[in-house]
Amino acid sequence: MRMTSALAAAAIIALTAACGGGGSGGDAQGSATSGGEPVKLNFLSLAWQKESVAANKQIVEEWNKANPGIQVTYVQGSWDNVNDQLVTQFEGGDPPDVIHNDSPALAGFASRGYLLDLKDKLPAELKSDIPQTAWDTVTFGQEGGVYGVPFLQESQVIIANKKLLDAAKVRIPTPDNPWTWDEFAEIARKLTKDGTYGVAWPMKSPVNKTLNLALNFGGTFFQTGPDGKTTVKVGPEEREVLQRIHDQIHKDKSADPKALGMGTADPLPGFYKGEYAMLPVGVYLRQQVAEQAPEDFEWVALPPLKGTSSNQGAVSQTLSIAQDSKHPDEAMKFISFFLNPANQAKLAKGDWLLPTSTKAASDPSLTTEDNGWDVATASAKNLVVAPFLKVNGYDEWKSKVATPALQEYFAGKISLDEVAKRLVEEGNKVLERY
Amino acid sequence: MKRPLQYAALAVYVVFLAFPLVWLLSTSLKTPREMASTDPSWIPHDPTLANFADAFAEQDLVGAGLRSLGVAVASAVLTVVLALPAAYAMARHRGLMSRMATGWVLVSQVFPFILIIIPLFMVLRNLELTNTLAGLVVVHITFTLPFALWMLQGYVRAVPRELEEAASVDGAGRVRAIVSVVAPLLAPGVVATLLFSFISSWNEFLFALVVLKSPDVMTLPLMLARFTGPEGVARLGPLAAASLMATIPSLIFFAIIQRRLKSGLMAGAVKG
Repeated sequence: MRMTSALAAAAIIALTAACGGGGSGGDAQGSATSGGEPVKLNFLSLAWQKESVAANKQIVEEWNKANPGIQVTYVQGSWDNVNDQLVTQFEGGDPPDVIHNDSPALAGFASRGYLLDLKDKLPAELKSDIPQTAWDTVTFGQEGGVYGVPFLQESQVIIANKKLLDAAKVRIPTPDNPWTWDEFAEIARKLTKDGTYGVAWPMKSPVNKTLNLALNFGGTFFQTGPDGKTTVKVGPEEREVLQRIHDQIHKDKSADPKALGMGTADPLPGFYKGEYAMLPVGVYLRQQVAEQAPEDFEWVALPPLKGTSSNQGAVSQTLSIAQDSKHPDEAMKFISFFLNPANQAKLAKGDWLLPTSTKAASDPSLTTEDNGWDVATASAKNLVVAPFLKVNGYDEWKSKVATPALQEYFAGKISLDEVAKRLVEEGNKVLERY
Repeated sequence: MKRPLQYAALAVYVVFLAFPLVWLLSTSLKTPREMASTDPSWIPHDPTLANFADAFAEQDLVGAGLRSLGVAVASAVLTVVLALPAAYAMARHRGLMSRMATGWVLVSQVFPFILIIIPLFMVLRNLELTNTLAGLVVVHITFTLPFALWMLQGYVRAVPRELEEAASVDGAGRVRAIVSVVAPLLAPGVVATLLFSFISSWNEFLFALVVLKSPDVMTLPLMLARFTGPEGVARLGPLAAASLMATIPSLIFFAIIQRRLKSGLMAGAVKG
């Protein structure tokens, strides 16, 4: 008995000592430059695909080798909980120096003063390589502060089963001559037969997808009055895409109603099996298709549909600098290296997304026909700032009002007028509080 | 007639409990192509270890596992060391103080974690304990202590006071009575509390996410989260492989310690 107690006591002391020792490496992170020691920067990255993580690590390694005076520690986070993590670390005054996130999250962080305004820090070369539409996604506030560098963008394309398209002898659209929504509806009807649905709309999270597509007909869903107040609007432009998707599910019966409850990647197994001929998805999902599809399965990526235009709402992944960072200038230098055209091409390829860099977009690896890269990269020209990005209170409107209302509408439980009324009336009540 | 039914019920229960683990094992051995099949099978058609190779190559699972083990064992042991005397005092000295302490313990369980996470982070920062495993141990102890106290108090109360009195009659002092009579009878309770604290700490994610910043101090749950992407899309293969690896240490810990989880030690100790 005595022996056991002694062992337990020794174990506790050893463990406590080990814990203390383990932490000492981290304490050095905040140390300053004095005495010729290198500046240390923490870079919180959200890369998660295998190739993308590898590309990130490789670029950081190259930087550290070339810049012994500014050493960057690569820290991997995860998309699911990065905002909880950041809020705590911002409030506690101990955030990472360089932060990877997406543009919708930046508006809130910027308004609370957590992020550094990069407007006067951006090197000319980086600024001119990225088009203004992308910079618009990270520009907030009355003074037009720039709170991040946009580097990867997502657009919606259509992934289709090539054999089914060929068998139905439909016209294969090109970026210069895309399908209109009318053609799309007709083709979906044509492809619906023998247990196959023309299309599947996974609508577990319907809001961003619908709002981004609504721009095809100029639907913005939000308007700002002369008094500066933002309200929700659901007029004829906004109703177009809502009505068209609803028709495919309930009138044409060319879209599988069972897919409505699915998350983005859930219809893929049915797609490989031929249960759905087409899937409107984000470009990054091509990675899963390329990796998972059976060997004899042929697929193509088709360009975004055209309403009155092919415009889509753009959301960018971004790199920002924390307001509390002790080394903002060094962090900016690292960001400009990290996002130079060659590196952006690597990162875009790794994540199967579109680079914002115009030079990177012309990289041969991003314009090849393989895995639909040519179509995906060409779709970047249709991206405009998603209007909802700038709406304070959008997140609450999305989760409390729009998600349930749109789900009920697409499920056929409420009419278009009813969903419009709810989005506006309940939505305005939410927005009033902001 | 009763026996077979009991065995059948037990079998159903075991299958129910084992299902997620077996599914995890099966998924970890499948190729991405097979995972996307609409006809899932228990046994992979084309088993592969690539998911394990990827998981170990990309993340420092072994290092993170050792750190998690250190944090979990330290949290569990320290929780019990702190909770045991307090639980004894609260169970044996019933008075106003004891009732107030019990009430306070209950109230502390009502707070949602997310509410106190920012103040807690600031306290840790002032103590220079952010980004250290010692800081994480402190946080884990803080959060398991109330429940551990509650559990142990129940076990102490279950040891009849008469046994201590009998020891006193035989000439044992208070300390001797506690060490020789009460302590051995509390062993199953201590083991149960240890297990509870160990598992809570081993699985804990949110505080680790907030407190730990450098890759070289991160614990296992943080590594597992790295295989997930936005909108619930995940790299299922490596995630399943890494998760399977992450459950093994706690299974071993259970296997070692569960033999001490026997009850009935006190059967017949006191008559009436």
